[in-house]
Amino acid sequence: MATVSIRELEIDFGTLRVLQTLNLDIKEGEFIVLLGPSGCGKSTLLNAVAGLLDVTAGQIWIGGKNVTWEEPKDRGIGMVFQSYALYPRMTVKGNLSFGLKMAKTPHDEIEKRVAKAAKILQIEPLLGRRPSELSGGQRQRVAIGRALVRDVDVFLFDEPLSNLDAKLRTELRVEIKRLHHELGSTMIYVTHDQIEALTLADRIAVMNGGVIQQLASPKEIYRRPVNRFVAGFVGSPGMNFVDGTLALGGGAPGFVLSDGTRLDISGYEFSGDPKDGQPATIGIRPEQIELKEKAEDATILPIHLNLVEPMGADSLVWGHVSGTQFAVRIDGDDHVATPATVDAFFSPSQASIFDKAGGARL
Amino acid sequence: MKPRFIRSIAAQIALLPAWLIVIFAYLGTIAWTIRISFSSTKVFPTYDFIGLKQYERLFATERWIISGQNLFIFGACFIIGCLIFGFLLAVFIDQKIRAESVFRTIFLYPYAMSFIVTGLVWQWTLNPTLGVQQTVRNWGWQDFTFDWLVRGDRAIYVIAIAGIWQASGLVMAILLAGLRGIDQELWKAAKVDGIPTWRVYLHIIVPMLSPMFVTATVLLATAVVKVYDLVIALTGGGPGISTEVPAKFVIDYLFNRQNVGLATAASTVMFVTVLVVLAPWLYSQYFRGQRGRGA
Amino acid sequence: MSTTTMEPQGPRPSRITPARIGVYAFLVVSAAFFLLPLYVMLITSIKPMAEIRLGNLFSFPLAPTIEPWIKAWTYACTGVNCDGIKVGFLNSFRILVPSVIVSIALGATIGYALSFWRPRGANFLFAVLLLGAFIPYQVFLYPLVRMLSTVGLYNSLPGIVVVHTIFGLPLMTLLFRNFYAGIPIDLFKAARVDGGGFWAIFFRLMLPLSTPIIIVAVILQVTGIWNDFLFGLIFAGRENFPMTVELNNVVNTTTGEREYNVNMAATILTALVPLIVYFVSGRWFVRGIAAGAVKG
Repeated sequence: MATVSIRELEIDFGTLRVLQTLNLDIKEGEFIVLLGPSGCGKSTLLNAVAGLLDVTAGQIWIGGKNVTWEEPKDRGIGMVFQSYALYPRMTVKGNLSFGLKMAKTPHDEIEKRVAKAAKILQIEPLLGRRPSELSGGQRQRVAIGRALVRDVDVFLFDEPLSNLDAKLRTELRVEIKRLHHELGSTMIYVTHDQIEALTLADRIAVMNGGVIQQLASPKEIYRRPVNRFVAGFVGSPGMNFVDGTLALGGGAPGFVLSDGTRLDISGYEFSGDPKDGQPATIGIRPEQIELKEKAEDATILPIHLNLVEPMGADSLVWGHVSGTQFAVRIDGDDHVATPATVDAFFSPSQASIFDKAGGARL
Repeated sequence: MKPRFIRSIAAQIALLPAWLIVIFAYLGTIAWTIRISFSSTKVFPTYDFIGLKQYERLFATERWIISGQNLFIFGACFIIGCLIFGFLLAVFIDQKIRAESVFRTIFLYPYAMSFIVTGLVWQWTLNPTLGVQQTVRNWGWQDFTFDWLVRGDRAIYVIAIAGIWQASGLVMAILLAGLRGIDQELWKAAKVDGIPTWRVYLHIIVPMLSPMFVTATVLLATAVVKVYDLVIALTGGGPGISTEVPAKFVIDYLFNRQNVGLATAASTVMFVTVLVVLAPWLYSQYFRGQRGRGA
Repeated sequence: MSTTTMEPQGPRPSRITPARIGVYAFLVVSAAFFLLPLYVMLITSIKPMAEIRLGNLFSFPLAPTIEPWIKAWTYACTGVNCDGIKVGFLNSFRILVPSVIVSIALGATIGYALSFWRPRGANFLFAVLLLGAFIPYQVFLYPLVRMLSTVGLYNSLPGIVVVHTIFGLPLMTLLFRNFYAGIPIDLFKAARVDGGGFWAIFFRLMLPLSTPIIIVAVILQVTGIWNDFLFGLIFAGRENFPMTVELNNVVNTTTGEREYNVNMAATILTALVPLIVYFVSGRWFVRGIAAGAVKG
């Protein structure tokens, strides 16, 4: 049973409260990503789960056991670090087997595990080399291998790909996903890169200021962000935000922009408690705007278009809506004349509306 | 890429004093000393050539042989003692303790003092009639003896102790800088792997610090060869000639005993010894540099 | 009366393990080892001779007196003269100031030239200098004595300054060269494009940037030169003996009973200047060691 349960966790550094009464239940075999900007507390949470940090209050349960006071080695975890943290003067084999030797594991068992991990990660030819002789990607594999040989059910990753260049990052991302399918272990993964989060996670916990903003599947987080912060953090290029007011008086529900334009938002599912005249922000993703064809439930969005940025497969068209900068994604082969003022189309059911004051979804 | 060989007269002129010093004060003096060692110079330079006579005399002089032996004994005790003690100091200070800077200040202040001061203080402290020995006897242990200072067979160890007192702080400073440069995540990884702290030091940290150990050893070895002030102040070379060291031998014969020929022969022997010991280290540094920094 | 065990939560119970105690014990004992001689020096220097003869090294003086200090400073005998060690103190300063200035100026210039201009033979020059730092100086002594004699600088103040400069050059050059190696070459290139020559760039650009390393160099040189004994003895001349030489004279060449309290007072006075530099400079001192020790 490799579940992880975090209960009422609070962590203070001196007078600074880093994590606020956090609760998180992770299912067995789940790949959960802690996503957020620097300083949001995600690494702190991971280190606390690992036992490398003392918590101020609350409990941590791993595999059905209360490990709040246990040493890291007794928690049944393996950990992979951002800087790989390989033992520099030992060979790869030495790195993989050192911890096991310390635990007085029998020699054949060590050989078995090292061989297995090396096979899974395809580092067999590297066993006799030193870390300084390996590339970044190879080092990271060895670091993962060191966690693998521990034969545990829970793996912790602390921004493992941040030190790699973009191409390597993509490669290793796939590796990690493949690893998860092969092993089926529970994995807790910390990153600030939302693409990693979206591609790897079963569920994402978006964190800010020591609080989990939203805990949901990547799809849910992308489609229905629960507040302005989550909406802006996930997705690249980012969601467009335009301020305005709700007009829910008579007739079709509408959103009035600052320049007076009224957008028809029929079809939008309100989840909060919207009020007529409430100041709000509407969020529409660049790929949710159509310039040519009108979908069935689409309504009109007037845009001034200024500049086209070709990016290969797609192009990004920049303009503004009611004075606010706005981006539209179009196919790379399409052509748009600029400057131009057009009536674009969007489906309100895809959009998000947030309360201006708190940022909560309406 | 740094520009190579910029033609600059100003630079050449600016380096003139340096060239003068290097040629005359460094290379010239060494050559001259070696030349004189083949002569029978007493006080003023005589340029006759008597072959290796001075060297023969040198190695027939008991004082010189004892100096050499003392250098080895002192050198070994001093270097090993400083390395171990300095390492332990660095490790323990690095344990996130309170008042760390106070301890550091205390451990390093002896290095700021002159060897003369150190020698005098330890001479006073270890004086058999008025120092530690007498004090402990006054406390009741009548048979306590610690008269190493005046014992021919032990005095050299006293010099080593005083030297360790002075220089361990230096080793500590060097190793502490090394310890602080170690990635924190390495400690975390070791903790997750369940490796006991002392083993982390033994198997992981010490190998990582080996360049610092080498640097410290080289510095200490340089001090060993030069040791003079400490001996003069602590024992004056005595009792008898039991704490003679090569540096003192040379100075004595150079100035007091008016036998420059013998003294320069002794200096040359010291010089050659240092070169022989230094060569492998320099060789490894040079070739390491050519190949690029490894691990 | 319940027997429920405490469910682990919150921070781990604090552990005052034996290991922790051992760490502090070791550090405290070591600190005592290091401080003991200083303590002995201090209390001996304020004890009257009667108490010293009793041989209680660590006991606090019953009748403390500053008479030994006064004697040490003003009328202790350093060989022929009995003017106290203040003569040596003044001499040490007269040696120190020019030596520090010249050796640092030269080291900075050479380090600058080596680092940015790389004139011909620069590497050879640097290699010999570095090697020279390791060579036992006995090899240099006799020829230096002869050479300085020939130009009439033997046993004189300028003579000792020259000697200190010569022997301080390797370390100073190393310090400055390494420091300048850490300055982005683009800064230098921009200055050259702006038309700067060798001295112009040095005085207007590099020197103002060099404050940190100059502080380190001053600390190292002040400590090294003030604490020097041998060169002062050989090259400075009787009227210019530095404090260290005078101290040795006071202590080791007295006839009759040794006045240990006076000797200790004189010792502390001699150690005072570098110790003050040490305590005041704190971090810079350590930085100096690191910079000098980590060669290249």
